[in-house]
This record gives sequence, C-alpha cells and structure tokens, in this order.
Amino acid sequence: MPPQVSLSPEQKQELATIANQIVAGGKGILAADESVGTMGKRLKNIEVENTEENRRVFRQLLFSTEGEMADCIGGIIFFHETLFQSTDDGIPFTQLVKDKGIVVGIKVDKGVVPLAGTDGETVTQGLDGLHERCAQYSKAGAQFAKWRSVLKIGDNCPSPQAIQANAEVLARYASICQQNGLVPIVEPEILPDGAHNLHRCQYITEKVLSAVYKALNDHHVYLEGTLLKPNMVTPGHCCATKFTHEEIGMATLTALHRTIPPAVPGICFLSGGQSEEDSSLNLNAVNLCPLSKPWRLTFSFGRALQASALAAWAGKAENISLGQEAFLQRAKINSLSSKGEYIPSGDTSEASNFNLYAQNYIY
Amino acid sequence: MTHQAPALTPEQKKELNEIALQIISPGKGILAADESVGSMAKRLTQIGVENTEENRRFYRQILMTADDRVKTFIGGVIFFHETLYQATDDGTPFINIIKERNIVAGIKVDKGVVPLAGTNGESTTQGLDGLAERCAQYKKDGADFAKWRCVLKISPTTPSALAILENANVLARYASICQQNGIVPIVEPEILPDGGHDLKRCQYVTEKVLGAVYKALSDHHIYLEGTLLKPNMVTPGHSCPTKYSPEEIATATVTALRRTVPPAVPGVTFLSGGQSEEEATINLNAINKCPLPKPWALTFSFGRALQASALNAWGGEKDNMQAAQDEFVKRAEVNSLASLGQYEPSIEPSAEGEGEGEGAASQSLYVENHAY
Repeated sequence: MPPQVSLSPEQKQELATIANQIVAGGKGILAADESVGTMGKRLKNIEVENTEENRRVFRQLLFSTEGEMADCIGGIIFFHETLFQSTDDGIPFTQLVKDKGIVVGIKVDKGVVPLAGTDGETVTQGLDGLHERCAQYSKAGAQFAKWRSVLKIGDNCPSPQAIQANAEVLARYASICQQNGLVPIVEPEILPDGAHNLHRCQYITEKVLSAVYKALNDHHVYLEGTLLKPNMVTPGHCCATKFTHEEIGMATLTALHRTIPPAVPGICFLSGGQSEEDSSLNLNAVNLCPLSKPWRLTFSFGRALQASALAAWAGKAENISLGQEAFLQRAKINSLSSKGEYIPSGDTSEASNFNLYAQNYIY
Repeated sequence: MTHQAPALTPEQKKELNEIALQIISPGKGILAADESVGSMAKRLTQIGVENTEENRRFYRQILMTADDRVKTFIGGVIFFHETLYQATDDGTPFINIIKERNIVAGIKVDKGVVPLAGTNGESTTQGLDGLAERCAQYKKDGADFAKWRCVLKISPTTPSALAILENANVLARYASICQQNGIVPIVEPEILPDGGHDLKRCQYVTEKVLGAVYKALSDHHIYLEGTLLKPNMVTPGHSCPTKYSPEEIATATVTALRRTVPPAVPGVTFLSGGQSEEEATINLNAINKCPLPKPWALTFSFGRALQASALNAWGGEKDNMQAAQDEFVKRAEVNSLASLGQYEPSIEPSAEGEGEGEGAASQSLYVENHAY
C-alpha cells in the first residue's frame, strides 16, 4: 500500500488556508444556496413571485449589507444561478462578496434520489461531470463547495445501506472538490422529523459521523482542507420531552467529540428548521459546553439567518434596509454565539422565534 | 440500525472514564511490565540470567518496590498474568504495593499473534475465547485496565486490507468485553518499524490503520472516554537511510493522530517499539512540544524503554537492586517530563541517533520483527 500523493503540499496549503479563513474567529457561513424550488417556498411565504429577478434582488439585499456583516460572515454558499448574477450596477455577486473578504462557495449536489429497498431513504446525486463543474466553478470565483446528504430517524432508519451510501458519495464529492482547489463542506444532515428523543439523535449522529469520517479516510480526503456541516443533536420535532439548550449543547459536543478528528478546522452547524433564536441559543450552548473544542464551532445557516430579513423586506423596494438590518442582527448574534458570547436581551423580532420547522424538509 | 441498546450504564461509563483519567494524570505514564515468559527469556538471556519464575519475580519486584518518587511518574503498570499473583520477598502481593501508591493495575489479556492465511506473513491476535470470564476475574483480583496488542507491518504489499480490518475488529471485540467488566481497554495497533520505508509511508499507514480502528470501535459501541490508545510513534523504518529529527517525527505523529483519533479519547500512551531509551524520551518530548493542537494526553507506555538500563544495572545480582531501581526511576522521571514537553536532555544524542551515544540509554533496542 504505497501512498499515492492525492494533493501536493501547495494544494494542501491552499485548501487549509481557505477552510480556516471561512471559519476564522467569530465568523460563520450564510447558506444562500436555496434552489429555485426552495426559494419559491420562501417567497411564497411573503407573497412575492418566484422570478429570477426577485431571487436576484433578495440575494442582493443580503450580499450588499454593509458594515459588520463581513466580520460575521466568512463564507457564502451560492446556488448555481446566483453565482452568475450581478447587482443593479452590474457588479458580479462573486466580486461584491470577495471584495468584502468573504469566501464564495457553491452548492454542487443535484438533490436526493430514492434508495430502492429502503424505508423511504435517499442518497444524493451529482457526481457525474463533477470534476469539470468544479473546475468551472473555481474559474468563476468559488473556493468552497457544499453537498447535502440526508438521513432520517425512524424505526428502520437510518439503515446501514443509507449510512454507507451517503458516506461514500460525500467522500467522492470531497475528493473531487479538493482535486480542483475547492474546500468541500461535508453535510450529512439527519432530519429532526420524528418523535425520538435527544439521546436517540445523539446515538445516530455518532454512527453517521463515524461512517462519514471512515469514508473520508478511505478516499484519502485531506481533512485539514474540509469543513463539516452537521445537524446539532436535538430531539425529534414531535418529541414530547423538552430539553434545555445546555442539554442540546452537551449532546451535540459529545457526539462530535467521539467522531470528529481534530484535523478538521471547523464545524458549521445547519439550523435544520430551528427558529432563528433557538439556532443561536443552541450554537451558543455548544460553545459554552465544558468539553474541549479542537475545531471551530460555528454556523452555516440558511433559514436561521434569513427568516427575519425576508419578513422585513416582504418584497418591497423601500424595505431593503430593514431587511438588511434584520439580517445583520442575526449575523451578529450568531457571530457571538460562535464564541459562546451571546447573551439574549429578549429583544428578538417575532419572526425569530417562529418555528421554522417544515416536515420532511427538502431544500 | 434502529434502537439504541445502551452497552453501558452511566455509572459504568463514569467508572471507566475515571480510571482512564487516573492512569494518564498529567506527568504520568505507564510501565509496561507485561513481558510474556518467552519475552522475559530474551531480556534475561542478554544479561546472563536464567529465565526462572523466581528470577522473573525478583526482577519485577525491583520495579514494583522502587521508591516513592515513582508515584509522580507512573499512573499504571501492565502486568503479565503470572506477575499479577506474585508477591515480594515478605509476601506482599505486587498488586497491593501498586495500588497503595495510587497506581492503577493493568493486565495483558491477549494470547499472542497467529497467522492470517493468504497474506504475506501477516497476523491477527487471539484471546477472545472466555475473555469475559477472565476479565471478571482480573477485575476481582484488582486489575482496572487491560492491554491487547495487535501487530501490523509495512512492506510493498502490507498491511493488507484484510489485516487492517481483522485486527481492528478483534481490538474492538476485546475493548467491548473489557468495558462490560469495568476494565479500561488499552487499544494497541502496533505498526512495526521493520523495513526501509520512510517517515511519510509510516504516517500514511498509521492514518489508515487508526482510521479503521476507530471505525471498528464505533461499530462495536465502545465508550471512547473509557479507553486509551497505545500506538506506535510515526517513525521511519529501521533500515531507512534517511534520518529525521525528533521534530519531524513529532509532527508526523501528531498529524496522524489529529486526522484519526477523536478528542473523546482521554489519552494516547505511545509504545517505544525498539527505540532506545533516550530516543523514545526525546521523541515523546518533541511530540508534546509540537505546536499543533492536541486534545488528548500524550504520554508513554514503555517496556524496554523504561527497563533497559535497570536490567543492565541489575545484571542478576541481588546487591545491584538499588542501582537498578535508580536507573528505572531515572527513566520514569525523564519520561514524565517528556510527557509534559519539559524534558531537557543533558547530553545531546549524536546526530546519527540509533546505536551511537553512551550507555544503555542510547543503545538501540531494536529487535527485528519484534514479538513480545
């Protein structure tokens, strides 16, 4: 078993530098990579038509937010369409974002497909031609990528096949990204659907993450040049028992402690349907949990960063700054949470606490 | 995968974690005194001593009764089965002496390597039969941790996927059975230093092996906080023409661990694998000074590298007991310092490293294709 060098020292250095830059102290990721269909749902909620222009205007609202936004956001995940859009003044979004020192990322998976013979489980597709697509995205200014695999908890789930299949595709995706100078964000999301309790979620998260890191090892993925985007460990949405933020923090950090090698520079949690405020409080609790934290623990939030902004904008041109203020406020709060420094004042907008859970969530 | 059937109660987990933490308390490491009868034969032959049960008892007594300074340096002692039931000249069981000094008693439980058919001279380790009953008995008799050694080797065709998988699996089964019986398993996947491979090759193989080990431990529901890892340091093969500095060895070692060992593991207790006493200490020190973040304790579980000078000083003569103990305590102390990154060698080892330098401390303890 002689080692074939998959990456040169220079390639490794570049990947590690990008990964660290994204999660540098107090920064996290804005997941703005909603597909056209998913944006449709968001815009429908505020009674805005799902046109390419409306999608462009909303992303422009987010990306052109001034001031401390760049201190809180280390990376933005784009959807393919958005990567080639520009501001009203014709400045490409990629340039707008890069000029603020924010790293550009791109969602590269092509959605979930069913795994035959399982109880409604899925695997994610998108490997075909991924090498060429990554090369193009790199030319277009992207420096990291994201791929979402989905697992769910049920009586027969997640099955060993689903775990293995998803771990494998995540590792193949990661390998291809790194060959093209893109830092892969590895996202093995375990949905919060179900009535299971916190401990069941923790147990399953440990099994899933262990399989993911074995696959990454098998595929010679350079861990220092990756990021992980996992679910926090939470009770199922229909679980009767309530758990405190501290319990969630401890369960989450324990699961990570048991599975994530210290070489991984950062863990950027998905919000998975938690409200804006809960996401921030739970992230804060994870960072306050008294176990060692050899990786940065930060956010990669979509809904949990954008819900208030969407509501404040409501599709009206005159509300752009209101929307930006709402976004900036969540960005600052999450930045504090990523350092364990968030102290809620109680002054959160109505939209913040609204439970963003949507059953069997598909982007 | 449906239900969680907890392997351990919270109380069992707490006990295991506390034992593990006690063994690797800051500044402490493990004395591996678990040489089998056959291994002891080799050691005693070298100093012209007959390999009798009494001589083995007497020699272990030298180590067990060293002065109180060892309490600061030694967190655990690994016994061989025979030794666990031996006593000092005045009839005090060794295990009592150890425990009185707040040192945790451990026991080697594997039954040696056996060949893996169809491989290029590779092996697995046996000892699972009746292991639960044996662990229960050892726990009653005072042992709180155990050790099991698997062996892999580097060559153009090895370690093979089968050897890695099989050894990871038996380590996980062993660990599971230990934990069920309140015993902290030390997991030892030794990659031998035999061969002409360079540092990078050893690092690559170590990462693959440890990746497989931790997957197996996860699959077998092992409570990582109640385990310890006993790996090889990442070093070049013994016949490698390139020389590497302790810092290079340290960086390669820590990098390999960072890519494979979850932070939940409380401590990594390195084997010395045929390095000389001084080399092992210097490398351990460099590992602890490595600037990469290291969330586990990094200390020693040395056999030869703690005992070589002591054995030589004893030479089989009762009158030399104090001198032998002094040598042992000296090595225990420097390794304690090394585990804190605070060791400053008074004499720089020569640039050529192995086999040169004065006294038994620098003499290379390498034995080809080492089997305990």
